[in-house]
Amino acid sequence: MTQIVKMKGMNKYFGKLHVLKDIDLTVEQGEVVVIIGASGSGKSTLIRCVNGLEEYESGTLEVDGQHLAPKSGNPKSLAEIRKEVGMVFQQFNLFPHLTVKKNIMLAPQKVKDAPETVANATAERLLNRVGIGNQADKYPSQLSGGQQQRVAIARALAMEPRLMLFDEPTSALDPEMIGEVLDVMRELAKEGMTMMVVTHEMGFAREVADRVIYIHEGAIVEQGKPHDVFDNPQNERTQAFLSRVLAH
Amino acid sequence: MEFQFQFDWQAAIDSIPFLIKGIPYTLLISFGGLLIGFALGIFFGLLSINKKWFLRWPATAYIEIFRGTPILVQVLFIFYGLPDLIGGPIDPLTAGIAAIALNSGAYISEVVRGGVQSIDKGQTEAGLSLGLSRTQTFWSVVWPQAFRRMIPPLGNQAIVSIKDTSLFSVIGVGELVRQGQIYIANTFTAFEVYFVVAILYLAITLSLSIILRFVERRGLASV
Repeated sequence: MTQIVKMKGMNKYFGKLHVLKDIDLTVEQGEVVVIIGASGSGKSTLIRCVNGLEEYESGTLEVDGQHLAPKSGNPKSLAEIRKEVGMVFQQFNLFPHLTVKKNIMLAPQKVKDAPETVANATAERLLNRVGIGNQADKYPSQLSGGQQQRVAIARALAMEPRLMLFDEPTSALDPEMIGEVLDVMRELAKEGMTMMVVTHEMGFAREVADRVIYIHEGAIVEQGKPHDVFDNPQNERTQAFLSRVLAH
Repeated sequence: MEFQFQFDWQAAIDSIPFLIKGIPYTLLISFGGLLIGFALGIFFGLLSINKKWFLRWPATAYIEIFRGTPILVQVLFIFYGLPDLIGGPIDPLTAGIAAIALNSGAYISEVVRGGVQSIDKGQTEAGLSLGLSRTQTFWSVVWPQAFRRMIPPLGNQAIVSIKDTSLFSVIGVGELVRQGQIYIANTFTAFEVYFVVAILYLAITLSLSIILRFVERRGLASV
């Protein structure tokens, strides 16, 4: 199996705060890894390191065969990595000045020099795939939160990434819209997309994840198959966390 | 003794053809200057938010100097002072355009800085995560949104600069106020003439306001 992400002894600090502690983590191609943990535990920071939105201080990181060195890293490998890694944000971060379709067309046209007709066809296909083909010419602000997040997923998919990062994709959504976004993610997982997902949706983690990772204060304290981690957690901090989030 | 002032409508109307000759100069100086000022504003505004201190520092110095000194002093300096340095005269029109350019450029730098900084960091992150370079992310994602927010303050600056050109009568540019002064010197109808001058400025600035409202509304509709 190909390893898409390889982290070894990764450490990250925000000033004096040690936010990631000796992280060792590999993600295989096709694997869905769900990262859980309390707010401020470093789980978002961890996946933001994968596409270089955050720098790290020490250790090694390899993404899709490209080494991303600590600190600023090598700009060339950073550019290569970002072409291969899609990201979906908690706040969607759609481009409000562009229509839904143009949001999706922008990167293929600018980064891959895709002709407009090709980019247009890709955008339409992806919008249909996430179930909002009829909203292509609207602006993001005219869509519901759930629809916006589905556009954001389509936008990332337009670059045909080898790995998708999801940073709390449903945390900013009204409860009734969470399902539609999780459905799209579930489909994506089923089709074999490699995914790293930071989420508080334990039901999704249990159902879709190949592996669940629990992070506590910047360190991986437990990982394994969902039913092992959820039903039989070994570490007492995992037990404490799960009893808190699964209690209600 | 009885004194009664009467507004002489005929004198006011008679002055219009002569005063109107100043309008092309007023417009040329203000819009010529603003155009260059906009270029300066983008340049120095973006430098002023650069991470590197040696790029940021000169931009900040420029902004502080031209914002912190009166535009009248600036134009006098350019028109009377600079020729000593460059060893030749500068014509009043050039001096006027330069003064508006440098002065408005300083204010527009701040408008540009504020506009760019008001765009959420998530927009840049989204652009970068899609594989766009920093430059591409800035010009296709951040700038179009920032520019939209800059329209109202830019319009404000345009109106200020149009009015600032009235000071350039001191260096003898044949703009609106200068035309008025020349006319009054022959007719002694100061009240009527300055009244018409004021109305003409108002006509220019009001037209601009109306155009800007229109542009703003169209811009906002698509966000």
